[in-house]
Amino acid sequence: MSDATAEPDKISGPTPDNALRAGDRADDGPVLAADGTPLKRSLSRALRAQKLRALALIAPLLIFVLVSFIAPIFDMLFRSVENQIVGETLPRTVVALADYDATSDELPRDEVFEAAYYDIFIAAERKEHTRLGSRLNYEQTGSSSLFRKSGRGIDDIGEVYQDQFEDLDENWDEARPWAELMGDPDWIAAQDAWGGEGRMPRFELRDGISDLLPRTAETYQIFARFMQTEEGESPLEEEPWTVVHTALYQDLLAGDVSGYTGPRADMLVAADALVESPGFETVVFRDAFEEIDEDWLNPEIWQTIKTYSPTYTSGYFLNSIDMQKTPEGPALRDEDERIYGLLFQRTLWMSMIITFSCILLGYPIAYLLSNLPMRTANLLMILVLLPFWTSLLVRTSAWKVMLQQQGVINDVLVWLGMVADDGRLVMINNQFGTIVAMTHILLPFMILPMYSVMSTIPPSYVRAAKSLGATNWTTFWRVYFPQSVPGIGAGSILVFILSIGYYITPEIVGGTSGIFISNRIAYHISSSLNWGLAAALGTILLVVVLVLYWAYDRIVGIDNVKLGG
Amino acid sequence: MSEAILTPIEKKPIGFTAGVLAAAGAFAGLLVGTAQGSGFVGLVIGALLMAALGFIAMQALAEEMEKPVRWALIALAAIGGFFLGGYPGLILGALFGWFFGWFVYWIGLGRYRAHLVPYLTGGQVLWHYTFRIICGAIFVFLITPILVVMPLSFNAEDFFTFTPEMLRFDPEGYSLKHYRDFLTNPEWTNAVKNSLMIAPVATFISVSLGTLAAIGLSQSHVPGKRAIMAILISPMIVPLIISATGMYFFYSKIGIVGTYWGVVLAHAVLGIPFVIITVTATLVGFDKSLTRAAANMGANPVTTFFKVQMPLILPGVISGGLFAFITSFDEVVVVLFIGSAELQTLPWQMFTGLREQISPTILAAATILVGISICLLTAVEILRRRSERLRGLSPG
Repeated sequence: MSDATAEPDKISGPTPDNALRAGDRADDGPVLAADGTPLKRSLSRALRAQKLRALALIAPLLIFVLVSFIAPIFDMLFRSVENQIVGETLPRTVVALADYDATSDELPRDEVFEAAYYDIFIAAERKEHTRLGSRLNYEQTGSSSLFRKSGRGIDDIGEVYQDQFEDLDENWDEARPWAELMGDPDWIAAQDAWGGEGRMPRFELRDGISDLLPRTAETYQIFARFMQTEEGESPLEEEPWTVVHTALYQDLLAGDVSGYTGPRADMLVAADALVESPGFETVVFRDAFEEIDEDWLNPEIWQTIKTYSPTYTSGYFLNSIDMQKTPEGPALRDEDERIYGLLFQRTLWMSMIITFSCILLGYPIAYLLSNLPMRTANLLMILVLLPFWTSLLVRTSAWKVMLQQQGVINDVLVWLGMVADDGRLVMINNQFGTIVAMTHILLPFMILPMYSVMSTIPPSYVRAAKSLGATNWTTFWRVYFPQSVPGIGAGSILVFILSIGYYITPEIVGGTSGIFISNRIAYHISSSLNWGLAAALGTILLVVVLVLYWAYDRIVGIDNVKLGG
Repeated sequence: MSEAILTPIEKKPIGFTAGVLAAAGAFAGLLVGTAQGSGFVGLVIGALLMAALGFIAMQALAEEMEKPVRWALIALAAIGGFFLGGYPGLILGALFGWFFGWFVYWIGLGRYRAHLVPYLTGGQVLWHYTFRIICGAIFVFLITPILVVMPLSFNAEDFFTFTPEMLRFDPEGYSLKHYRDFLTNPEWTNAVKNSLMIAPVATFISVSLGTLAAIGLSQSHVPGKRAIMAILISPMIVPLIISATGMYFFYSKIGIVGTYWGVVLAHAVLGIPFVIITVTATLVGFDKSLTRAAANMGANPVTTFFKVQMPLILPGVISGGLFAFITSFDEVVVVLFIGSAELQTLPWQMFTGLREQISPTILAAATILVGISICLLTAVEILRRRSERLRGLSPG
């Protein structure tokens, strides 16, 4: 090679670099390109066009990957801290609990019970209380049945009031009078005119009614809109929920309706008189809750609701490292409830064993392949690539066939007389099975990077070391091995990354003692439905993998990943 | 090591030959003896037999008698094996006879040094062959599980194990019924159909987008190239269970869980890293002056791409496509999460089969899949060589 390309700065002829330099030096204005623009600008414009063209080629794929892969990953990260369900299902209770001291062993104030009554009633109508129950059940056992039971029994409170109002005036249990009392006259007219086609006119409260009967107006509006949107029924034909009667009682007790002159004023005034009368039967919310389930008088459920009321929670993460949120702050779980620490430890430990056995088995093979003549090496390479190309499930089922108690290995051992027929080895559904099967499955991922590194080591170094008097061992250990370390590093990180997130093989040959953290994630997604915990476990696993990925990128470079030799 | 090395081959002293043979015989005798009840007796008999055999072959008979001696040994060992263990014993015995016949002359006449450099010491020769044996054992570990599946798939019983009939080579022990089941049972045929409907479409998406992006990435000035590459490769690195979890949450939000396109999208993303890696590797050796020459002669970029660039990088594109195809065809975790009952793919069927009901039809499916993977492996290998030839490298 001539020095012309090696040292561009030394060239004196017309090159782009020199032109730029000349442009910088020149006092009489910049160097101009053919079209009259300064060369510098012209060049940078060309460069920008080139960059844009490259980005335009990459953009479709990048957007595709961002939308269909990166977005789901971020969604999962978000879900591991997301906790809107408590605040959304029990909005009033969460507000009422704001000044409740969760560390005290006391019951919350009566207002909290009142708020909980409205929340649970509405949630039960929307069929959301069971979801909330199962969410809280992850934190406190028994919550699920408590909420289901409460959803059934909560009607009893309102019925007390409904019956008394109804006894006073039949109209209190009719749809139309209620709608006239609460609804905007324009809306009633529109709703009457609505013929069953298209969207119903949206329910509107009558002016001033929410000042007069605030609770009633609020609950009735929720009822009316729910009927319209969820049930597709007209509020003009549906008698309201009993929670509205409860609200009416409370409003009448608190406020004064004597000045009211709007529609159905006579009904309202009569009801007000009834509420004031000494014979009117009332319900204390706290006692009513006790009647539904005594657990409501246990401060624990209130503490749990209070602890999990914020929109975002660290609870799932604490759970996934065997801790739990308590009113006093995060605390370790009891000894017998700690499983995730053990699982993470086991996953890391077994991945290390698998990586190590892959190094142990892969190194000789890679060494042999890189030192054999090309033709033989290529033939033997097929033996490595065939498992690599074979379906994962085929290999897993093959190991099931090999390892089981009536399997091939046990049969051969019995036939050879090494193992008694009644003493067949247990090699499957335990850690041994997982390690053997996964070592086999991941071995090609170790051999291929090792091979590509080892085939670049010049054999002359080894010969030189030997001719200088080194023994075989010294030659290998001091000369050959250090040069092959990058291959070991690349293969190890790859195998470790792959094995730490393995799901299929441990699921099939791992039994209970050989499963990984991934199996637990899958269990939470498909069986226990505790998605937040699954997301938190996945996030921790993802962080571990990304750190390793980063290390891999630094050591090997992603561009240098090679497939198939 | 070059082939030109000529190490003198000479007959070894009888003490060495008899000793080595006795050790090998003792080992084989130990195996056979354990199977027959007494390891120690087998060990002694094996050692004596082999030592005697070595003596007869080397000292009593001429070297020209090699062929008859080896045939006689095969016959004798086969008969002996038959008496000890029936038909499987006969086969094993014949193999033992063939091996020891070869081994006697290989050791006795010093043939084992033929391919080695002359200056190696005895210990180095021993290590050389020990190393080969270790490697051989690892290759056996790699390949046996795949081979064992094949004969078992012809089992006449619904077992995952070799039945006595199979070991006697009784034709009654073999049947094609699992293949019949695989080809006629709607559960399996539907699974194959679903897999074949999903994989090609997913492959098409990942290959077309991936090739474009790889061409973009291979240009010299790409801002944020490292970060883009890291994002595009990430589907291969992020554990499948995490991808599946995230996709399950996100795809159910946008309502494509359990739909055909949901699965196709997921599989296309998982295949992209393979396309990117193989195509960028091909583009590394691509001569850019070719596209400039084409432009110089008046071809527009599209023509240049299809007429000049594409034919040259086609091998890389196809092998990337094969990787993407096999990724989708072999993928089970994501399908388990975002698939539905109507979208059961072949791996799904095998997975549930392995976990719940054990039917050897899985092994028939496995054998067919091994056949397919051999075809794919051959295709990729041929393409790789072709690509290297096109790029002017010597095919390795």
